[in-house]
Amino acid sequence: MEGAGPLFQMEGISKSYGGVRALQDASLSIRAGTIHAILGENGAGKSTLIKVMAGVVSPDQGQMMLGGNPVQFASPAAAMEAGIACVVQELSLIPELSVADNVVISNPPQRFGLIDRTAQRRIAEQSLLRAGAGDVHPMALVKDLPLSRRQMVEIAKALTRKPRILILDEATSALTASDVSKVFEVLKRLRSEGLALLYISHRMNEIAELADECTVFRNGRNVASFPAGTKSDGEVVQLMIGREYQNVYPEKPTAQADAKPLLEVQNLSWANRLHDISFGVKPGEILGLGGLDGQGQRELLLALFGVLRGLEGEVKIEGKATKLDSPASARKKNVGMALIPEDRKTEGLMLPMSVRDNLSFASLDMLTVRGIVDKTKEAQSIDEMVKLLAIKTGALDSPVSSLSGGNQQKVVIAKWLMRHPRIILLNDPTRGIDVGTKQEIYLLMRRLADQGAAIVFYSTDYAELIGCCDRVLVMYNGAVETELLGDEITEHALISSALHIRPKENQPRERVSR
Amino acid sequence: MKDWQYRLAEHRGTLIALAIFIVMFAIYTANHPAGFTANVVQTAANKGALLAFVAIAQTLVVITAGIDLSVGMILLLTNCLASWVVVGSPMETAFGAVLVLLAGAACGALNGAIVIYGRLQPIVATIATGAVFYGVALLLRPFPGGSVNEDLADALTGKIFGVVPASLIVLLAVILLVWIPFSHSVYGRAAYAAGSSEPAAYISGMPIRRGKFLAYTLAGLVAAIGGLFLTFFSYTGEAAYASGNAYTLFSIAAVVLGGVSLFGGKGSAVGAVFGALAFRTIGDLLFVFDLDPLWQPLFQGLILLAAVSLGAFALFRVKNRLEWFL
Amino acid sequence: MTANALPQFIRKADPAVLTAFGCIILLLVIGGIYSRSFLSPEYLLQQLKVASFLGVIATGMMLVVLLGQIDLSVPWTVTAGAMMACAVAAYGPVGVALAIPFGIFCGALIGAINGIGVAYLRIPSMIVTLATNAVAQGIMVIYTGGFSPQDSATDAMRYLATGTILGIPNAAIIWLILGVATVFVLGRTSFGRSVYGIGNRERAAYLSGINTRRIVMIAFAASGALSAFGGVLLAGYASKAAQSMGDAYLLPAIAAVVLGGTSILGGRGSYMGTVAGVILITLLQSILSVMQMPEAGRQITYGLLIILMLLLYGRSPAIR
Repeated sequence: MEGAGPLFQMEGISKSYGGVRALQDASLSIRAGTIHAILGENGAGKSTLIKVMAGVVSPDQGQMMLGGNPVQFASPAAAMEAGIACVVQELSLIPELSVADNVVISNPPQRFGLIDRTAQRRIAEQSLLRAGAGDVHPMALVKDLPLSRRQMVEIAKALTRKPRILILDEATSALTASDVSKVFEVLKRLRSEGLALLYISHRMNEIAELADECTVFRNGRNVASFPAGTKSDGEVVQLMIGREYQNVYPEKPTAQADAKPLLEVQNLSWANRLHDISFGVKPGEILGLGGLDGQGQRELLLALFGVLRGLEGEVKIEGKATKLDSPASARKKNVGMALIPEDRKTEGLMLPMSVRDNLSFASLDMLTVRGIVDKTKEAQSIDEMVKLLAIKTGALDSPVSSLSGGNQQKVVIAKWLMRHPRIILLNDPTRGIDVGTKQEIYLLMRRLADQGAAIVFYSTDYAELIGCCDRVLVMYNGAVETELLGDEITEHALISSALHIRPKENQPRERVSR
Repeated sequence: MKDWQYRLAEHRGTLIALAIFIVMFAIYTANHPAGFTANVVQTAANKGALLAFVAIAQTLVVITAGIDLSVGMILLLTNCLASWVVVGSPMETAFGAVLVLLAGAACGALNGAIVIYGRLQPIVATIATGAVFYGVALLLRPFPGGSVNEDLADALTGKIFGVVPASLIVLLAVILLVWIPFSHSVYGRAAYAAGSSEPAAYISGMPIRRGKFLAYTLAGLVAAIGGLFLTFFSYTGEAAYASGNAYTLFSIAAVVLGGVSLFGGKGSAVGAVFGALAFRTIGDLLFVFDLDPLWQPLFQGLILLAAVSLGAFALFRVKNRLEWFL
Repeated sequence: MTANALPQFIRKADPAVLTAFGCIILLLVIGGIYSRSFLSPEYLLQQLKVASFLGVIATGMMLVVLLGQIDLSVPWTVTAGAMMACAVAAYGPVGVALAIPFGIFCGALIGAINGIGVAYLRIPSMIVTLATNAVAQGIMVIYTGGFSPQDSATDAMRYLATGTILGIPNAAIIWLILGVATVFVLGRTSFGRSVYGIGNRERAAYLSGINTRRIVMIAFAASGALSAFGGVLLAGYASKAAQSMGDAYLLPAIAAVVLGGTSILGGRGSYMGTVAGVILITLLQSILSVMQMPEAGRQITYGLLIILMLLLYGRSPAIR
């Protein structure tokens, strides 16, 4: 297959959503038997590109060629028919159906017009095994599976279709490290079987390990294509953001102020998911939460914010035991807590509402007199926040859904900063946003800390933890595995404690190497 | 978990409904002056089957995450139509019955077309079509009246071999010939999938529109079977607004008791049938305990309120308050 | 301020609201062609009075629909409000004085039960309100023994429903006051903002520290109270309460709200739209009855027109 003409080609593809250009004259060419990585900031047009390829949206202009013949996809079903399968960021599994139902969903085996459940189960088991997810029971309901298992089922589902082109959009974002390596083996095997794979990821190391070719997208266009490994990470990032790559993390303070902890947690446990967690955060400190995804970090933040019921242990604010049983109680003046939630689209924002209404929504109690909104005060506060965070928005009255992902996230942060919180909890705030905005968020966090805020920062990106945090708690299985301080925060230390490997016992050289 | 545990979990709603029904029916027959006899079972079956048909119809729509608030009015419409056409010679009667079924299916198809292709919300759309169906029923029967082929009516509301109520046989036939094939077909799965997560079903390339459309149409068809039975019991057609609304209400109650999720994607018509039978038995309990019939509406309302509140107990086990908000 | 208000009003105007007002003009023209007296001030004021009853009920419905919920308990909440007000009126002067507040209170109580069911027990509103409707019906049936009650409305109720001030029907004035209050509450108070926020995404509203359950509860109680108030006015209009007098108000109330451009999924809609919807529905009913169409034909036309208008502008966005 190597050396043959491209299996799939698109040329001059453009797509606009209500005046906003998502793709502009984009082209791409993919060969069979290769893994082709697509890189780009968020909003660079990658998601739209995939949607066009998978028949989810139809392009305004341009043409696509599959195996030398022009194609047009009227629906996802049509694209599947042509042999394009997609593993997308937003999961496409049906929660109330079983794993087996889902795996065979687009083409279930039939007998006498009815679905043959025995055959379906056999196919599902094979596909699961092939995707490296043999541990998933085919009769389990998808909604009962943890996120990482669902993602594996998603891959199995795509494989069941026996595609010629497999698209993976951030397919590993929810996976545990051991799953990632399994998936990589699967992908490499598929490549050797002659499939064309389109791989989209924000993780440079994954791309370095997998890709044969890379294409960088910026502002809806493909700006460069090159064989993998011919450009350094710095050069690639420069292509992505179109400006000089620089050290993105702000300077850390050399010595910590000797203050009392503002937030203190003692022996916190919850429902078999959090075990005996104790720590404190001082004003001016950025405390990171590390570890593999799904080790209780999100639950810990929710617990602090009063969302979880049946907590054991104690939470102290300025040394005083405080009962937090709702976000309403956590945001009160004497506590002053804020949570930047995990999913900005469903938890942080009301997408159809205006930027203005979203910004003031969490501070209504401070902006009202006897329940009536003080318009002048509201406008002032909104102005202040828009300036502080440099939110790019044409009109404050347009719906927040019209903003880019990065600007949306800024609105979520701004709506909480309007309350001038003392304790700020951030749940993976940089996930899925562009490099530029990420950097602004890092700077902002440090500035808030310098102004005396205590910050708890969960990130799935180890580089961020290393770059931003004064201290990191690495979590494993709902408990704090290790505490890393200052210079101890290295990628090696983070990963080894995340994987539950005791450095002293298993990796004696670790200390030396640092 | 073992296979059987998954199977048990899958059918839990249906089994609970069955258990409720058995308990209710045992209490009923134990207190009935005549006891557990073929006649008592026949009367109960006839009344129960009528509601069961409407409940199956409602289930078909509810699994797509829709709702059919016009189901009671389809029942009225087909009842009024049947009181005109299901008469005469066996051939004429058969032709009439088919016409009634087609009319019901057409009503369902209209609902489906408006909801799916017109993209209107099922609640509003079916309230409005309900008004239309009621108007047509009223047009057919401005005053109660008409007749029905009594031989057929008596045969289908009587007993087979002197023991088994014929209405139960028809109910079973509907489940075997309509529900099972539908729920095991690709379209049925698409209907479930659309109810559970429509965007995911769309991205997966499922035939969601056809699946949903089929579900609405079959719902109309099954409601028409209910309409036929209503005519077989009453021998007349009557466009009674309150009675149509009551059937709609009861169908929802039956569906809830039968473990069908009103959020869509989960549940079985078999469960809804037991839910319907149980709900009907609750009404009959009033009779054997000699309560004033005036109390019946209140009693039924309270049962429905209690039934829907029961599901709320799961809330007390929810430890993450975010799970309150779907 | 005023100079600024007008362009903003036009800029912000929902196409649905404009369409609804367009349909109103169309109906007036049709009615005017059919009968000259249709456009007479007396007739139009009479229509405004009739519209006010629906307007009061639809106001409550709109609050609930903005939350993304629905209130199907309107029929018997209206009836219960009317019956209870009339019933209390039979208990001497104190009863007469308390008639209106007591009727409204009964509605608020039904609404509060709905609110508890929806907000605290998380039962789908469609179901819990159907159930409370059945319960309210059950209680009223027992109370009246299945017949229309003999109690009659108080003078105050009659005055509110049928009296006029400077030629303007009192009912219309009540609706106006209520409308202004609603616009203020929805636009300028934290309650109103919260209603829109919850309607769009309750999860996000909760995580923003809003006591979402209390807001939902209050909205349902308000809806119940307004339905009952509508019933009180209707009883004043007819001088007494009647069985199933509320049946004729459920579909019109929902139709008025959604025809006015309020999204049935919640979070979007303006009170002006509801006003337009109410007037539209009332004129439609009026034209159908002026044309002396029989009940069957009225139901069919009515249902079809609502579907047609919703198809014009009440559609959800397509997936693709």
